[in-house]
Amino acid sequence: MSTTHDTMPFDQALASFEPVLGLEVHVELGTNSKMFCGCSTVFGASPNTQVCPVCLGLPGSMPVVNAMAIESTIRIGLALNCTIASWCRFARKNYFYPDMPKDYQISQYDEPLCSNGYLDVTVPTDDGPTVVRVEIERVHMEEDTGKLLHAGGATGRIHGADHSLVDYNRAGIPLVEIVTKTIEGTGALAPAVAKAYVAELRDLMRALDVSDVRMEEGSMRCDVNLSLNRPGDGWGTRSETKNVNSLRSVERAVHSEIERQAALLTSGGRVVQETRHFHEDTGRSTSGRSKEQAEDYRYFPEPDLVPVAPSDAWIEELRATLPELPSAKRDRLKGEWGINDFELQTIVNAGALDLVEATIAAGVDSAAARKWWTGELQRTANDRGVELADLGVTPQQVREVEALIASGALNDKLARQVFEGLVAQEGTVAQIVSSRGLAVVSDDGALLAAIDDALAAQPDVADKIRDGKVQAAGAIVGAVMKATRGQADAAKVRALLLERLGVSE
Amino acid sequence: MTISRADVAHLGRLARLELTDDELDHYSTQLDVILQAVARISEVAADDIPPTSHPVPMENVFRPDVVVPGVDRDEVFAAAPAHEDDRFRVPRILDEE
Ligand SMILES: [Zn+2]
Repeated sequence: MSTTHDTMPFDQALASFEPVLGLEVHVELGTNSKMFCGCSTVFGASPNTQVCPVCLGLPGSMPVVNAMAIESTIRIGLALNCTIASWCRFARKNYFYPDMPKDYQISQYDEPLCSNGYLDVTVPTDDGPTVVRVEIERVHMEEDTGKLLHAGGATGRIHGADHSLVDYNRAGIPLVEIVTKTIEGTGALAPAVAKAYVAELRDLMRALDVSDVRMEEGSMRCDVNLSLNRPGDGWGTRSETKNVNSLRSVERAVHSEIERQAALLTSGGRVVQETRHFHEDTGRSTSGRSKEQAEDYRYFPEPDLVPVAPSDAWIEELRATLPELPSAKRDRLKGEWGINDFELQTIVNAGALDLVEATIAAGVDSAAARKWWTGELQRTANDRGVELADLGVTPQQVREVEALIASGALNDKLARQVFEGLVAQEGTVAQIVSSRGLAVVSDDGALLAAIDDALAAQPDVADKIRDGKVQAAGAIVGAVMKATRGQADAAKVRALLLERLGVSE
Repeated sequence: MTISRADVAHLGRLARLELTDDELDHYSTQLDVILQAVARISEVAADDIPPTSHPVPMENVFRPDVVVPGVDRDEVFAAAPAHEDDRFRVPRILDEE
């Protein structure tokens, strides 16, 4: 296990070295059944309840390819501007590890279904968004592995465990691996490019409706390959960081690996070609298996499965099913909402694009929809460490709250309390308004009483207003809002106040 | 074209087979004969004849994406060497994570 210190500050590292990136993203397809058998793929089932002779690798069982998995993979390839192979085979990747009961994984080797594509990603920079084209090497199909639990040790990790426990529910779920070509010339933007790429892929998978792409549940996982070289030199030795399971971690993994390798190389050390494990808690990686002896998986064509040869007609039929892709959608919405690149980026970064769109579609004005999702609701999601879409507030509820604001029943401050109640699952908008007693005080008598109290408490201010210094009214309005705990309409208080004092604007 | 004892020892390790010195000699010789026979075929086969991976010329055999009930867990565990907490129990895995 290597130490986690010995790093060089990022800016200093970038002054001497150029990073070369490669990203491998695994996406679990959202098919109903597994890749080669009819077992269910539902997440979170009791261990080993979604297994059969095929995915348990029992002798005599025969795999059959799930047509939907092939269609999803071809659609992914088309969306990534790839060439679709007219003929390709599955291959056996042989290794002994109990995560696969067959002692091999069915994958694709030198004949991927899709190859040579690209994805344009928008990367936020200090000078505004810039577009970087990430080239795709290949998109291939394989089956996911089972889940291991290392038992008996103190740490739950492999070191010190006496034995392991295996759940094969995940074994055989269709997995698509998307591999980039090397990404060069990004310099200090490398961490942001990596994050933007994975985010764009995630949005693309969602738009294609081929996966639920929940990184926290492992249905989308990223491995980061990174090497450094001095300008003008050839590529350095790369490390492969696994376990990178959130967008923020993708960025942090690239950042910390640049800092680590730069320190090593500057101090006369060398980068070892190895697998490293990323730790969410520290944002750093530790050394895993050394890859200095190239792994020998003895790939050979899978004899139990016949080749896949999609016809041009089938490919074109699938191309016709491609939805509006996320980049096109962003451009369209930017125009429709009349916003600039920065405003768009704020919405995209908040993961609010679809939510804002749905909110506007529900009848809310564009500015208000954007204000709630990228303001109050995003802050709440950040505080709770959840995705905006998982906060528990729907576009429909935003519409209900906005309708109450428009009718004068709520103001923004009270609306925030309604959202707080929705996040806390206190019930519907109407129930929360009622149970929390949230309503704008519109009773003129109550407001006038509060205004009189405030004027009595600040007679000097009252005099100023009477003398025509209308801007002084703010202090009294503020006092009334405070006295009514925000449950008043400030504009109305101001109007009543001026009327009370016989002053006009 | 020959296969060395070291190659056979490496293949043995990959296949988790513990081979004695005598066995290494024995299998090196045997595998060598097999490889020579295959090499003869390569001499005859022209570049336009790809290696056969599937003897039957079939393509695109698919199944619809339909869930079919699997096997009962108790039945599966009855055939497994060991299980614990609804999971298969396997020996400790050494340094292969
Ligand atoms: Zn199965």
